[in-house]
Amino acid sequence: MAYAAGVDVGSTQTKAVLLNEQRQIVARALIDTGANVVSAAENAFFQALGNGGVQEEEVAYVVGTGYGRYRVTFGNTQVTEISCHGRGAVHMFPASHTVLDMGGQDTKAIRVHPTGEILDFCMNDKCAAGTGRFLGAAAAALEIPLDELGATALRAERPVKISTTCTVFAESEVLSWLGKGKKVEDILLGVHQSIASRSIGLLRRVGIEPELTFTGGVAKNVGMIRVLNDALGFTMNVSDDSIFMGAIGAALFALDHVVSSRVPAASREAEA
Amino acid sequence: MTELVSVRPEIVGRGAQDGARLFREWFQGMTDVATDGGRAAYVFVMGSLSEVLRVFDYPMVFPEIHSLQTAVRRTSLEYLNQAEDVGFSPDICGYVKADIALQLRHGEHPMGRIPPPRLAVLTNACNTYIKWAEIWERMYQIPIFTLDIPGTRKAGGQTWPGNGDFENDKRYVAGQLQELIAICQEQTGQRFDIDRLRQVMADTNTMVRGWRRVLELNASRPGVFNALTDGTIYLGVSNAFRGTAAGARYFTELVEEMEYKAAHGIGTIPDEKHRLIFVGVPCYPIFRRFNELFTEWGGIFVSSTYLWFASGGTNLGFEYDLSRPLDSLAEGVLISVRHAMDSMFYQDRALVEMVERFQIDGVVYHPIKSCRTTSAGLADNRRAFMQATDIPSLFIESDMMDPRVVSEAQMKNRIDAFFEGLNARRLQRAAG
Repeated sequence: MAYAAGVDVGSTQTKAVLLNEQRQIVARALIDTGANVVSAAENAFFQALGNGGVQEEEVAYVVGTGYGRYRVTFGNTQVTEISCHGRGAVHMFPASHTVLDMGGQDTKAIRVHPTGEILDFCMNDKCAAGTGRFLGAAAAALEIPLDELGATALRAERPVKISTTCTVFAESEVLSWLGKGKKVEDILLGVHQSIASRSIGLLRRVGIEPELTFTGGVAKNVGMIRVLNDALGFTMNVSDDSIFMGAIGAALFALDHVVSSRVPAASREAEA
Repeated sequence: MTELVSVRPEIVGRGAQDGARLFREWFQGMTDVATDGGRAAYVFVMGSLSEVLRVFDYPMVFPEIHSLQTAVRRTSLEYLNQAEDVGFSPDICGYVKADIALQLRHGEHPMGRIPPPRLAVLTNACNTYIKWAEIWERMYQIPIFTLDIPGTRKAGGQTWPGNGDFENDKRYVAGQLQELIAICQEQTGQRFDIDRLRQVMADTNTMVRGWRRVLELNASRPGVFNALTDGTIYLGVSNAFRGTAAGARYFTELVEEMEYKAAHGIGTIPDEKHRLIFVGVPCYPIFRRFNELFTEWGGIFVSSTYLWFASGGTNLGFEYDLSRPLDSLAEGVLISVRHAMDSMFYQDRALVEMVERFQIDGVVYHPIKSCRTTSAGLADNRRAFMQATDIPSLFIESDMMDPRVVSEAQMKNRIDAFFEGLNARRLQRAAG
C-alpha cells in the first residue's frame, strides 16, 4: 500500500493529509505555522504520519501547497493552493461549481469544472480585508477567542455597520463602537457581515454558481457560514474537513503522480 | 533547423541588439542636447506627430519612455517619492510623477540627461497627457498643442475614407495640423518644407509596413519574438525613430530577421507550450522577471495590445499617400490614433479574431494601479472576451512604475495557478 501526502503551509496554520490509494483520508495534522516554515511543514507531515500509523517510506509522493509550498523541502513538487482547494472541493462535493476559500491572509473565489479544472479565480490583492486576519483583529480588540467568534456573533440583535475596509483600521473602528456602548455580539456580527460582503464581491467576479463549497480555516466559523448563506440565498457545502481542503487537494495531485508513475510499467508488462 | 541557424547566425537577435544600441544612442543624443543647453519637443507615443516635428528639426523627448526607463533601471521609486514629497498623490500616473521628479532634477536620468521642453504636443488619446502638459506649461511657460482626435463613437462604429462623418473628422484634424505647423514655424523660424515632410512620411511608411508585418509573423509557431520583452524594444524604436532613415532601415532588417526565423522555425524559448496574448501595460519594475514567470512554464506572449496602442495605432499599418501629404497625414493620424484608443477600450473583438490565427491558449490581463485609461475597462473587456470564447484568461494587477504595489510572490501564485489550469485543461482534452 502506497500513500500520497499533501502539505498545505498556510500563513497561520499548516495542514497535512495522507491519502491511501482508494483516495480515503487516513490521517490529518494541523499545527500553527509560526516563524519557521520549514519546521512547520516537517512537523505537520510527521504528525500526520504518526496519527495514521504510516511510515515515511510508505509515502510515495508529497505535494506542497500554500504560501510556504516552496519550503516543503521534502516535497516532490508544488501546486498552488488555488488549484488544490478547487481539486479538494470537487473531491469532497462533486457538484461544486464555485469555491470560496477563506484563509488567514487571503480569500479566494474559484470557479471550477466538475473535473477539478480551475476555470477562473480571484483573490484579495494588497489588503487583508475580507480574510481571517480581519476576524483576528476584531477578536483581539474584543478579547474573544477566535473559536468563539461565530457563536457570539449569532447572538446579535442589531448588528452595527463596519465601514472600514482596512484590517488595521478595523480594530480602531471596533473600539469606537465599543466606546459608543454597542454590544460585543452586535459589533461581531457587523464584522462578519463586512467580511461576507467583500467575499461575495470576489465571488461575483468569477460568477456564483451553486453548488458553492466553503473551504479554509474560517469555514469552521458558524457565524460566517450563517452570514454567507443568508447573503447568498442558498446553503453552501461545508465539510468538517474544510480547513484541510488545500492539503486534501495537494494529496490528490500527489496520488495522480503515484498512479501515473505506474502506468508505463503496467503498459510495458502488458506488451511483454 | 540547427544547420539553417548556423547559416546566418548574425541575423537572429539582431533586432533586439540593434534596438538596444539605437536606444543608447538616442539617450546620448538627448544628453548632448541637454548639455548644450538645448530644448526639445515633448511628445507622446499615441499621436507623436513626429512627421511634422521632424520637418522643423525638433529633438523629441518621449516622457513616457524616459519615465518607464527609470522603472526598468529600478530607480523609479526614488523619482516617485520625490514627486510625492512635493504633493503629488500616490494614486496619480507613475509616468507623470517620475517625469516631475526628473524635471526637478534638471533632467537627471539613469540613461543620461533629458533636455527641458520647448513645446509640448499631445493628443486626447490619454486624458492624463493633457494635465501632464499643463504642468510643463506652468513650469516652463512653453506652448502646448493638443490635438483633439474624434474617437470611435461606439464599439465597431469606426468610419472610413469616403464616409461623410470620416471626411468631417479628417477636416477637423487637418485644420489642427495646420495650427501646429504655424506654431512650429513661429517657434523655429523655419519655413515648412513639404518635400521634407514627404521624405519623413516615406520613412514612416517603411517602418509602419515593417511593424505590421513583424506583428503578423508572430502567428508562426513557434513564435518568432516575445511580444512582452522583444516587442517592447521594437516598440521603442518605432516611436523614438519614427520618420527617420535609421528607423526605416531598422524595420526593414527586423522584417528580414523575423521572416528568417519564421521560415526556419526559430522560436524564443526552448519549449513553447502556451501561446499567450498580453493585455495592458507591462510591469516595468520587474520587467524581465515578470516575463520569466510565464516563460518558466513554457508560456510566450505572441501578441500584446501594448504594441498596438503604445505604437500610436501604427500596428494597423496605415501608409501615407505621398502625392497628397498633408491630407494623407490628417487621415493617417486620425485612423492610427483612433485605433490606439480602440486598442485600449475595445480590444476584446480583436482578441477574439486572433485566437484561431495565432493559436492562442490564454490571455493575460494586466490592469495597473496608476493608469486608469488603460485599466478601467479591462474587467469588462475580459468578461466580453470570455463570453465570446472558451480561452482561459488571467487577471493580475500591479503597476507599470511603482514597486510598492508590485508583489512578485502574489503574482507568481496567480500565474502558477493559471498555468496549472492550462496544463490540466490540455491533459483532459488529450484524454478526450
